[in-house]
Amino acid sequence: MRSVMRGLFVGMMALTALLVSGAAFASETTLGAPVPWGMGLQAAGGVIKERIHDFNTLVFWIIVVITIFVGVLLAWVVFRYNAKSNPVPSTTSHHTGLEIAWTLIPVLILIVIAIPSFRLVYFEDRTHEADLTIQVQGRQWYWNYAFPDNGGFNYDSRPVDTADLRDGQLRNLTVDEPLVIPAGANVRVITQGVDVIHSFFVPSLGVQRYTIPGRTIETWFRADRPGTYYGQCNQICGVNHWFMPIEVRAVPREEFDRWVASARQRFADTMPAQGSAVAAAPAAAPAAAEGGALTIAEVR
Amino acid sequence: MADAAHADHHDHTPGFFSRWFLSTNHKDIGTLYIIFALISALVGIGLSLLMRLELAHPGMQYFADGQMWNVAVTAHGVVMVFYVVMPALIGGFGNWFVPIMIGAPDMAFPRLNNISFWLMVPALALTVASLFVGGAGTGWTLYPPLSDIQYQPSAGVDMALFGLHLAGASSILGAANFITTIFNMRAPGMTLHKMPLFVWSMLVTAFLLLLSVPVLGGAITMLITDRNFGTAFFKPAGGGDPVLFQHLFWFFGHPEVYIMILPAFGIVSHVISTFSRKPVFGYLGMAYAMVAIGVVGFIVWAHHMYQSGISVDTRAYFMFATMVIAVPTGVKIFSWIATMWGGSMKFDTPMLFAIGFIFLFTVGGVTGVVLANASITQILHNTYYVVAHFHYVLSLGAVFGIYCGIYYWLGKMSGYQYPETLGKIHFWLTFVGVNLTFFPMHFLGNQGMPRRYPDYADAHAGWNLVASVGSYISVFSFVFFFYVIFVTFTKRQKAAANPWGEGATTLEWQVSSPPPFHTFEELPRIR
Repeated sequence: MRSVMRGLFVGMMALTALLVSGAAFASETTLGAPVPWGMGLQAAGGVIKERIHDFNTLVFWIIVVITIFVGVLLAWVVFRYNAKSNPVPSTTSHHTGLEIAWTLIPVLILIVIAIPSFRLVYFEDRTHEADLTIQVQGRQWYWNYAFPDNGGFNYDSRPVDTADLRDGQLRNLTVDEPLVIPAGANVRVITQGVDVIHSFFVPSLGVQRYTIPGRTIETWFRADRPGTYYGQCNQICGVNHWFMPIEVRAVPREEFDRWVASARQRFADTMPAQGSAVAAAPAAAPAAAEGGALTIAEVR
Repeated sequence: MADAAHADHHDHTPGFFSRWFLSTNHKDIGTLYIIFALISALVGIGLSLLMRLELAHPGMQYFADGQMWNVAVTAHGVVMVFYVVMPALIGGFGNWFVPIMIGAPDMAFPRLNNISFWLMVPALALTVASLFVGGAGTGWTLYPPLSDIQYQPSAGVDMALFGLHLAGASSILGAANFITTIFNMRAPGMTLHKMPLFVWSMLVTAFLLLLSVPVLGGAITMLITDRNFGTAFFKPAGGGDPVLFQHLFWFFGHPEVYIMILPAFGIVSHVISTFSRKPVFGYLGMAYAMVAIGVVGFIVWAHHMYQSGISVDTRAYFMFATMVIAVPTGVKIFSWIATMWGGSMKFDTPMLFAIGFIFLFTVGGVTGVVLANASITQILHNTYYVVAHFHYVLSLGAVFGIYCGIYYWLGKMSGYQYPETLGKIHFWLTFVGVNLTFFPMHFLGNQGMPRRYPDYADAHAGWNLVASVGSYISVFSFVFFFYVIFVTFTKRQKAAANPWGEGATTLEWQVSSPPPFHTFEELPRIR
């Protein structure tokens, strides 16, 4: 009997230890990519992700304490109130004070969680001072990025097959044409769907939104440090759902300007003709031309 | 035969065919449901083994392509939810013990009960058969446009949808039956506030089913007509909206998760009380916590849709509402512990599963609090963190509840007591296996691994291997469980009417094991 209890107890403690060690690992990575045996969140590459980290740390410790508390209570009753230690059971089945306490204290804990969470969710929603707007379309099975305020060019971003990888490139994460943005700039993201639902998801930048046919969704992110940040499609979208990675390359402003200049030439055929109404939704024209059933409901 | 029922001694039973195929007896139908769930579990666990084999190492090993993978993922989810957990907990234990616990001779509508079960058989057949005609590679959430005929041309989707319709009809009929039985057929003296907690859990579950499953029925009907008859409910080109489907699906889908866990709450309450030799602590709080979970469960559905472009105010509301559910859930956890506090506990197999349930459900519950926050879910949505969370509450919650119920009641249902040592070995195998499988998934999710991926970034390889090894142990433990059942039925150790002693106070322990074919010749009177 004892060995059973001890086993249960050891198991619970081991689980808890695993949970705790997850936090210790969280801050050791530098690149915006998963790391082998990583336990915590991917390293933060921008302000949204940093705030998510702060909030996540708060919630993490709250849930660890609650889990340990429940584990210790269980271990204690198993140790103290087994048939050998306590042959005669008590008959208590009510305690109003206790019942009120374990209703109200969780409410207080939830308020502690909810206040910063509300603040964060409004912060994550959208930016009022966008330095750059990009339009993201998830397509079966690649991404299309458009730059409406830089001439309206757009291009496809396709995964690189394992056989074609060069040294140091990450399998299943590398693309041929990354999404290039200036580091430190507030990037407004407009997602649109053309075929099925996909999800634009870059964990290290703390951004994720579905791309839904018939809808236009706005959000934003900022990469504070130059670097490469990887993501993957995160909503089941068919046979190659697992193979449509996202690669965001944040570069200094000057380098971004040079990239835009070259991109405007390389993707010149995707730019809307001069004089047409560019501002509304320049990416829509090429997408529609390719036969996608795109309808823009609203840009909120 | 009908007129013989009252004349003969209560052991008189119909012949094999009439007894098992035309049954109107709640205990026999309950047995059929449990056998059905075990057979479905072979399918569901087989699929999960295939998936874990594939994920054990990076690269594509066993699956031909992503569509085949998506089909397996979808079938695993649908089978486990609709054909394993629900039939076992609701159809199986619900049918067996609700009438006995309230002192009723049978369910209110015995023939309805029979059709409820027999609808499940073609439903499962359709779902399994759909695997062989292309399957549904949509995820169990069935989101259009992916589930439209343009992207999933195979008839497998229509078969799976029709299977869901049949399973849904079965659930609705069963729910009506339970509600009627519980409200009208309680023995004299059995007031609502004296009802055992398992009956309370089934009452709340039945209401959730009755209110949510028709919404699923409507949604998948629209999906079928979108696929086959040219309507455009969910097609933007025709004025429809894919997000509408998400709302309808989750209006059903969220109550559905409570449908799966509430009966387990009921079973665990009984087991904890029995083996602590104490009455349940805070009975009314426990009962109304389940009612509260049921009610609030209906107004939190869009927390599955934080990334679907719903407005930030809407997200804030759903965050708040979702976190509220933690309060009644906490009441249940603490009341269970308080039930054990001061008790005189014995650690037979059902009790081990019940204690394991409390701790693992706590782990799954607190990660649920994390996921309630749209602010964090921005990076955890659809990752393995979510997979870990819902397997902790379902695979380790609901399934532990099922095992708990089987070990608790196997002697009562079959007349043969299970071998205690083997039962304990089974518990530890399962406990180690499922934790090793699902705990590393938290890390994978934190690291950004999306769900429904047959191949992943190389950095995820380590924890995936650990999870796969855990799943092999889990599968072995399931095979071992069949061995325990085999030994039970070959050793034939007679079970006493009440093998658990004074702690077991509900009515099923007052009748023989197994109970007579007609449980109560005259209605019991409850003081």
